[in-house]
Amino acid sequence: MPIIKDGAFAPDPWVAITDDQPIPATGDIWVSLARLDSDWGTLCSHAGELGVEVPNTTKAEKLKPYLGKLSLILLPFPAYTDGRAYSLARLLREEGYIHDLRARGNVLPDQLQFMKQVGFTSFEVTDRFPAEVWTKAAQHISAVYQEGYTEPHAARTAIWEARRARS
Amino acid sequence: MYRYDEFDHRFVAERVSQFRDQAARRLSGELTEEEFRPLRLMNGLYLQLHAYMLRVAIPYGTLNGKQMDRLAYIAEKYDRGYGHFTTRQNIQYNWIKLEDTAEILEKLAEVEMHAIQTSGNCIRNVTTDQWAGAAADELADPRPVGELLRQWSSLHPEFSYLPRKFKIAVTGSPHDRAAVRVHDIGLRMHLNDKGERGWEVIVGGGLGRTPFVGVTVRDFLPEAELRAYLEAIMRVYNLYGRRDNKYKARVKILVHELGKEEFQRQVEAEYARKPATNVELDVAELQRIETYFAAPAYEELPKFSTGFENARIQDKEFAQWVKVNVAHHKQQGYAIVNISLKPEGGIPGDATAEQMRVVADLGRRFSFDEIRVSHAQNLVLPHVKRDDLYTVYIALKAHNLASGNIGLAGDIIACPGLDYCALATARSIPIAQGISRRFADVKRQEEIGPLKINISGCINACGHHHVGHIGILGLDKKGEEYYQITLGGSSSDDAAIGSILGPGFAADEVADAIEKILDTYLGLRTGPEETFLLAYRRVGEKPFKEALYANH
Amino acid sequence: MSEKGQVLTANRLRDGEVVFLTRAGTWSENIDEAALAIEKEAAAGLEAQGAKAVAATLVTGAYLFDAERKDGHVRALHIRERIRTLGPTVRMDLGKQAEGTAGAFAALD
Ligand code: SF4
Repeated sequence: MPIIKDGAFAPDPWVAITDDQPIPATGDIWVSLARLDSDWGTLCSHAGELGVEVPNTTKAEKLKPYLGKLSLILLPFPAYTDGRAYSLARLLREEGYIHDLRARGNVLPDQLQFMKQVGFTSFEVTDRFPAEVWTKAAQHISAVYQEGYTEPHAARTAIWEARRARS
Repeated sequence: MYRYDEFDHRFVAERVSQFRDQAARRLSGELTEEEFRPLRLMNGLYLQLHAYMLRVAIPYGTLNGKQMDRLAYIAEKYDRGYGHFTTRQNIQYNWIKLEDTAEILEKLAEVEMHAIQTSGNCIRNVTTDQWAGAAADELADPRPVGELLRQWSSLHPEFSYLPRKFKIAVTGSPHDRAAVRVHDIGLRMHLNDKGERGWEVIVGGGLGRTPFVGVTVRDFLPEAELRAYLEAIMRVYNLYGRRDNKYKARVKILVHELGKEEFQRQVEAEYARKPATNVELDVAELQRIETYFAAPAYEELPKFSTGFENARIQDKEFAQWVKVNVAHHKQQGYAIVNISLKPEGGIPGDATAEQMRVVADLGRRFSFDEIRVSHAQNLVLPHVKRDDLYTVYIALKAHNLASGNIGLAGDIIACPGLDYCALATARSIPIAQGISRRFADVKRQEEIGPLKINISGCINACGHHHVGHIGILGLDKKGEEYYQITLGGSSSDDAAIGSILGPGFAADEVADAIEKILDTYLGLRTGPEETFLLAYRRVGEKPFKEALYANH
Repeated sequence: MSEKGQVLTANRLRDGEVVFLTRAGTWSENIDEAALAIEKEAAAGLEAQGAKAVAATLVTGAYLFDAERKDGHVRALHIRERIRTLGPTVRMDLGKQAEGTAGAFAALD
């Protein structure tokens, strides 16, 4: 599946390691949360970068001890109407996680802007839509009312702040 | 009244163009119906029984003449010349074309209106007291907070794919006309000893399949913290609200299953974890909004209006209308005019384009260009001089808008039901019409006194039947419509869910049943001051049951 | 003599109008022109045609409902579908009943 990162289709350097596969010595890998729990010792000393996929029912606190070691967290959208991962993403950002946060599952262009605003930075998407559709969909709304939901590097105005700055 | 600044204009214009793009992608087949559905719903577009239905937001039920004129224009140009005012203080059109929708939204944006989040599993249009800013008993106008919440909830990136829809109501009056106890979140203003405003936060009320009266999680939340605190509630709900069953997905179920204390604990934990940063920004924004809601430039008027008193003596019908439809205003010499959209045998909440224009014009001439929509599906001119009441009345009467039945048996709330609604199990409008005709005599309505008859065409309860003093729910029994009657509900300070009286009735038996219930009430009340609801609470359902089912 | 069967209905995508699948495979606003599938296989055939029309973005939300044919006219069995073939019962001036596309036998009762 194609990956969108920094506004464009990008190659995916990450390798998914399923629960029954051995942990390779090197390479950027991601595992399930269960695996992260059970093989934390091994994974801790893994030479490459480490990522994890967590179910959208996970409590953010559960990930806290691991955050320092992770450079990819994948949050699933089992259905695109299932919005739990929006809050979970936001919580992880509030807890100080600064690396790649990836949305996967049912990710559609019309959700892209919201996902970016809550802190997602990469997206595993279907190949049904060309790049322009994704780019356009993420830029429709350039001014937002919510404080603290404008992602870095996006040309989005935080309306309440802009008003206060003006007055 | 709130007016858009350049940011609001930009926001709504961009939302319109986004929808235009989404609709075009649907029409071209790029989006499937399943993918498009949540997108169109988030912009108020349903697919109903006969066509698409567009629900336009009237934030906290306030609009001006230009906006009402535009609603009339849309009714004529894109629909069939009328619209339906809803129990959520919105308006909906029943015959809309998908291919016209973006253009309609553009026309709405021109007058600072939109259809954003009038449906979908997101935070819906905030509702309030239809007399806000005018009511004699009010502490302060709740609409600035309504507007703050409108902005905050509009395209909220975190809370647009909630487990289920989310409805917020606010009131600034000790006498609750906004039904705050039966909303997902109800906010009720209080003042502390220092005269500062704070809000009682009520969560988990709601109607539908499993009705609940909400619980208070904060008695007095400082106004500055309101938005931040609501964000904590929304987050707990978004993460832990049930998503496995659509009928158990509202926040009321979460509150109920966790219990009040545990729910409260989780919200407080989330709120404490994330301290209310930047509340100064909320305060600044609220102050900015408040300037728009400054009281209109009232004239200093004497208590006594000679013209009004004379008219009252000369025109008995007018006097009667005043008694029932006109309410006290906080400003001496002014009055609140309630315009009933419930003429005898009419369709509750429906207004023709012409009627909308009449009200727009009257609002401009006599009410500081302000109009309100009430959750009882009526309209309000909030600030009319007593001197002008007769002129207003005559104009209303000429357009079948002067039914004197506000708060009485004829003022029936009814959802569109099976005549329009794709989810309905039975019709509700013909039932309302039947009862309205049966009690057409105003004298009889007055004798019966304050009464709320609420009718829904299915368990979704858009007609608020659970909180009607008399509630009627339309169901389907093997292809036949039949109607279940509940008694004793209320959406006011004494909020309560009505209880089912017994087996249901066929459509043509409902008016008789209601008549029997009311005759029974008249026979047993201690006097006219004992309203139907009070009498029911005193005697219980037994006498009503006996009257209805004695021969069955 | 009446025959019972099923009719495939949907809403036209661009304007939402209630339409029925005809024997010729087109969509008509008038239930009288609807194909009535008596056998299960015929109904499945209508459904397959409906799915194609949905995919081609002509209509949306296609489904079968029970109906009967009498003297060449088709009538829905359930009140919900009868209202869809007529228009609102409280506004006889609107919908198919007012536009002359309600079908000859599509009365409410
Ligand atoms: S209560 Fe049911 S029938 Fe009435 S409008 Fe709501 S969903 Fe439709």
